[in-house]
Amino acid sequence: MTFKTAVIVFPGSNCDQDCVRSWQTVTGLKADLVWHKESKIDNYDLIILPGGFSYGDYLRTGAIARFSPVMAEVIRLAYKGHLVIGICNGFQILTEAHLLPGALLRNRYLKYICKDIYLRVENAKTAFTGGYHRGDVLRIPISHGEGNYNVSSHGLKELQDHDLIVFRYCTPDGTVGADIAPNGSMDSIAGIINKAGNVLGLMPHPERVSEDELGGTDGRSVWTSILSTLQKRGVA
Amino acid sequence: MKEDPSLWKEHDLTESEYRKILELMGRQPNYLELALFGVMWSEHCCYKDSKLQLAKLPTKGPQVIQGPGENAGIVDIGDGFGIAFKMESHNHPSAIEPFQGAATGIGGIIRDVFAMGARPIASLDSLRFGDINNHRVKSLLNGVVAGIGSYGNCMGIPTVAGEVFFHPSFQGNPLVNAMSVGLLKTDKIFRGKASGVGNIVMLVGSRTGRDGIKGASFASEELSDMDADKRHNVQVGDPFMEKLLLEATLEILEADLVVGLQDLGAAGLTSSGCEMAGRAGNGLYMDLDLVPLREQGLEDWEMMLSESQERMLLIVEPVKVDAVRKVFDKWDLLSTAIGKVTDDGCFTLKRGEKVLASIPAAYLTEKAPVYSPPYSEPAYFEERKHADHSPVVNYGDFTELLKRLLISPNLSSKHWVYEQYDTTVMLNTVIGPIGDAALLRIPDTRKGVALSCDCNSRYVYLDPEKGAAIAVAEAALNVAVLGAKPLAITNCLNFGNPENPQIFWQFVKAIDGLARAAGYLDTPVTGGNVSFYNEYDGKAIFPTPCIGMVGYLADLDNRVSFHFKKPSDLVILIGKSLEELGASEVHYLVTGKDEGTVPSLDLELAKSLNDFLQEAANRKLLQSAHDCSDGGLAMCLVESAFPLALGLNLNWKDNISTASALFGETQSRVVVSIEPDKLDSLKSLLNAHNLPHTLLGEVTDSGNLVINYNSDKVSASIAELKDLWYGALKKEAEI
Repeated sequence: MTFKTAVIVFPGSNCDQDCVRSWQTVTGLKADLVWHKESKIDNYDLIILPGGFSYGDYLRTGAIARFSPVMAEVIRLAYKGHLVIGICNGFQILTEAHLLPGALLRNRYLKYICKDIYLRVENAKTAFTGGYHRGDVLRIPISHGEGNYNVSSHGLKELQDHDLIVFRYCTPDGTVGADIAPNGSMDSIAGIINKAGNVLGLMPHPERVSEDELGGTDGRSVWTSILSTLQKRGVA
Repeated sequence: MKEDPSLWKEHDLTESEYRKILELMGRQPNYLELALFGVMWSEHCCYKDSKLQLAKLPTKGPQVIQGPGENAGIVDIGDGFGIAFKMESHNHPSAIEPFQGAATGIGGIIRDVFAMGARPIASLDSLRFGDINNHRVKSLLNGVVAGIGSYGNCMGIPTVAGEVFFHPSFQGNPLVNAMSVGLLKTDKIFRGKASGVGNIVMLVGSRTGRDGIKGASFASEELSDMDADKRHNVQVGDPFMEKLLLEATLEILEADLVVGLQDLGAAGLTSSGCEMAGRAGNGLYMDLDLVPLREQGLEDWEMMLSESQERMLLIVEPVKVDAVRKVFDKWDLLSTAIGKVTDDGCFTLKRGEKVLASIPAAYLTEKAPVYSPPYSEPAYFEERKHADHSPVVNYGDFTELLKRLLISPNLSSKHWVYEQYDTTVMLNTVIGPIGDAALLRIPDTRKGVALSCDCNSRYVYLDPEKGAAIAVAEAALNVAVLGAKPLAITNCLNFGNPENPQIFWQFVKAIDGLARAAGYLDTPVTGGNVSFYNEYDGKAIFPTPCIGMVGYLADLDNRVSFHFKKPSDLVILIGKSLEELGASEVHYLVTGKDEGTVPSLDLELAKSLNDFLQEAANRKLLQSAHDCSDGGLAMCLVESAFPLALGLNLNWKDNISTASALFGETQSRVVVSIEPDKLDSLKSLLNAHNLPHTLLGEVTDSGNLVINYNSDKVSASIAELKDLWYGALKKEAEI
């Protein structure tokens, strides 16, 4: 069975090649780089919006990228139920495109942060996290200046009530609480999913910890979980 | 034109330089032509004061594909891969406007590397600031670090290693040295040559504006407190534009659409144009009417001296111009044909048919003046050799002294700095900024590249010859402890005003030391940068010849990391500690003085140690290896214990003072840990390399540091020491 995977390249994306390489290393499958000016794309089974600084992040992260021609196609496929994952800047673009609720603000202490942090898996029943167990603690790097998740109190309640919070920042032993999120995220949110369950956004970079040589493999299961979801769906 | 001294002074030329120009040209140059001479004959562009000294450096070796003289040097790492690398300073811009100064420093050096056809894969930075208790210094530190981060992070190039050093001599004139490292295929190397008469000269990337005008001359003057008004000399960076420029440039190089290329750095269109023509022995002309401008009304000389960032000059065959344009259009970038390569050897500027300036390119480049400034030994050199180390030797409570060292700005953890940099993007970072050197993997191979930059400015001040040699040896050892072979170096030579004979003496001696060590250790110099005039209100910085080292590891599986791995492993010091407290960090911390004899350096021992480390790594004898440097053996031991918070139980005797044994900075020493059953193999390998060693003790699971040296004892909890070390700089640095 073959699946078609696209990694979208916006001007200023800089984790596009990383996503292709990591996806290929872990699953053995290829991924196409798709230029943001494309206004018609194939019916990709999986679309990855990579990290980076689309349009230099000069306005508001993701705010310009969401007007790229390709985004209409991403939205079309998302509404058809195809899998879409946005990592870091990709997550920011997904919120700007209203495929996910909320917004990513400047980090609490205003500085860019790149370091390994700990994540607790809050929902292991999604299309993207089936290979984990609820409560697993993962060590994964973040690398962002605007990862401070914010949403209206109504929106937050909806995320909580529908089990849409997929990852929370935590301590090495899995404790979640105030001041643990390195960037000040509301309710320690690091990653969320839409109600339909096919669009995931997260700030940490699972693609950077999918090989031992790079210091960890805790991110691998994101790719393998997606693969097994696609296999179960039996897409050709 | 009358011969008023302001004629040459306005262009930062001397009267004799002006006379030389008259003689070369055989006529009176016009204003624009004099402006071109002024900038091309500045030290920053033509190395007129340093050239004769730099000629002493070893630059050749079988590993060197490209030596000095190009945008960047290149070394061979086998199987068709090469590493392009170079280091450059951006000190004065950073002193005036730290964020943009540092950001554009990174941007400029990255362009030098991709101009060779390499994809940049890593950046390093070497920073010097004044006393951190000063508010202005804190603000410089915050600005510089944020600037480096903003540019590198946006580009998606990891900043993987570096150094930060604080000392009052850098109070008004910080040092910001950046190194870029790129990967290329050796059959696809590009050079900055304007070959092929009739080929088209294209300017690509940003528009030309008034920013950074005369930046090169600004770099060749001393700073003073009147310099806030020089902010217009500082360029403004646009990393997003550079990211697009990088991708578009690599795309046209991959498609073989370009004959030669060069980035527009210091002296902008002027230097790139005449240097490319000069290297090819051709001429070229540019039509200034065609240069895309950011604002109207720029004077001719302003356009030619503008240092607007994110621009490249390309030489393209006429039939390929459209293909080049198509790629730049795709990336929404400007690409403009502004001139042609000619056969008259002249660098010519026109507006339409009107010739504005025409100078044989070689007059601006090869014919630039070369000086040998006078030099003399400063009095401090002998005076400061003598130091009273008794306050350190008789300190008494060495546990407390260790704690003081751990929280000192120079020895405490630098995580506050490097956590603002993306260190892991590109998926090549095997060892990041926590080790002695960074280690990157080369995609689709088992090869690794180890990178380090190093210089102990205090050593160089107290003994320029030995200090510079130590900087090379230390940088080599940093990559060797990982198991890598030191291959080649780039350098960034930061000094005061060369017109001062005592400063130039520092420079001459430092070059001697650098040449000697680089020659002996077989690490040729492939390029670099000289930064003079690092003075503030007449006070020079500590001379700082910063060394950037590239090492090669054939098999990543043989890499050795610096931290202790498990209890019961044996801890061994390789090398021999001497009674050497001179010039040390501990002496400075206790007495507040920069004095004493710089530690001795035995290059033969240094080389044996490097060879031993590579062989021990290949034979997988070592669990860990960490270089002993600033802060001495004690710092080295606790740093190795921190990552896994393991304990140490150490017990040894020697005939030197406890202070020297723990904190002395004897060179060419490494602490390794091994599994006990490897001891015999290790000893025979050490003997084969004639290396002395001392068994210090073992790693424990107690979480406590226990050192019994002669009759003195140091004991503390590793967790407590780690907390002190980890939190200190953050506390000082935050505004």
